[in-house]
Amino acid sequence: MAYVAVKGGETAIDAAHAWLNEERRGDASVPELSVAQIEGQLGRAVDRTMAEGSLYDRELAALAVKQTAGDLIEAIFLLRAYRTTLPRFGYSLPLETASMQIARRISAVFKDLPGGQVLGPTHDYTHRLLDFSLLDPGAAASAPRAEPDRSAMPRVPDILGQEGLMEADGEAAGEPGDLTREPLRFPAERDVRLQALARGDEGFVLGLGYSTQRGYGGTHPFAGEIRMGEVAVEILPPELGFAIDIGDIVLTECQMVNQFKGSKTAPPQFTRGYGLVFGFNERKAMSMALVDRAMRATELGEDVTAPAQNVEFVLYHSDNIEATGFVEHLKLPHYVDFQSELQNVRRMRAEQQRVVERKEAAE
Amino acid sequence: MTAETADPDPARRRWMSVLARAGAAEIEAGLAMCGPLPPHTVIRGPEGGLVMVRGRIGGGGGPFNLGEMTVTRCTVRTADGRVGHAYVAGRDARQAELAALTDALMQHPDWTDRLERTVVGPLAAVQEAAKADRAAKAAGTKVQFFAMQTTR
Repeated sequence: MAYVAVKGGETAIDAAHAWLNEERRGDASVPELSVAQIEGQLGRAVDRTMAEGSLYDRELAALAVKQTAGDLIEAIFLLRAYRTTLPRFGYSLPLETASMQIARRISAVFKDLPGGQVLGPTHDYTHRLLDFSLLDPGAAASAPRAEPDRSAMPRVPDILGQEGLMEADGEAAGEPGDLTREPLRFPAERDVRLQALARGDEGFVLGLGYSTQRGYGGTHPFAGEIRMGEVAVEILPPELGFAIDIGDIVLTECQMVNQFKGSKTAPPQFTRGYGLVFGFNERKAMSMALVDRAMRATELGEDVTAPAQNVEFVLYHSDNIEATGFVEHLKLPHYVDFQSELQNVRRMRAEQQRVVERKEAAE
Repeated sequence: MTAETADPDPARRRWMSVLARAGAAEIEAGLAMCGPLPPHTVIRGPEGGLVMVRGRIGGGGGPFNLGEMTVTRCTVRTADGRVGHAYVAGRDARQAELAALTDALMQHPDWTDRLERTVVGPLAAVQEAAKADRAAKAAGTKVQFFAMQTTR
């Protein structure tokens, strides 16, 4: 790619930015949105921005949503850029999602599981009809409370695991890879694949997950368990020498259960795809789990035939910041490139013309 | 919690986790009720940074890097040489400094009870109540299956 130095656009660019700011603000007679309003009332946009921006900070994500007028990929870009300005203090201890404070927990495979089916603040049973009462401001009715049941909420894989019918989670194999530190390399192990999916584009991961259900690498999945709620984050600062709790983050986790016929080394059992994302985003967690399972094809001795099973294809295209960068760079001046292409086409045209003329002369 | 991270001091772990979840204004209001505080110097920060949050493959297996979170840390030393640390989620520098100061003072026998009464205890109660309220809302959405009655 060759770009030609361009000068002279400064005034136009300044004016474009000024107009952009005016557009973002909208009609000045309407009150301006505060970041706190976005954080509190556009929570799913904030969650998506944090997940794909790969940075958990509700206020910053809300600010990014405001600054970009709701263009979420642009907002994600802002968070990714911001994180590069901060030092990394370290890594957390691995999260214990089993001890999540449950806001929602459902299973599509067991009706009467220990701890029960807890719906939480879900859209699932809404009628998907526009609610015109929201056109006017008004207080929401407060949610009913009930006496919490103190019984444990075991993870569904652990329930099936007791019978030996569910593959185990597996053991740690050293330090996990980190895409923010090292470039993507292949073959990419499951730790790196999960990191890439967790920050991958929701639409892309959803489309690939959907493709596995439609037969492109499908493995007949069941939503074994979906849980959402707050999980405490612990770190081990060297100056203290013991682990401390630094606060809670909201996570959505999905255990997708798939039948597995068995192989030479493993008996017939259920295998799993895993999804874990920042915030409340079930669609993303479920899609992630489908694609995670599809990318385990080689490990489980299945044929790799479909896009979702192709690790390189998935990981090279899941990041929306890289994708938008390459697609949108086409807007940048390519004047020199295009001039050379233009000369080329003219030369080919002239060549063709000469051949035709020569042929005509011979006849 | 594995053996290597086992906690030598559960009381300190508890107050640090309470302070990590408290707003700067809340901690400040509690400290204001304790009368004049001993002088202290900030020896590190407060400074903002990131912690890479790790999940577990399959929910219970080996670690993977899920994404980062903002964290602010601070270290203070009181005049009698006690060092207090704070690492708190988010970007509130004032919260981190007040949490580190409270951590230092809580280690001093003269201050432990007083701060427990005015700062840590009340904050813990507020946090427990908020948690209980969320649990009650979740319980309100728990499905109570019942057998369908056949009518004839």
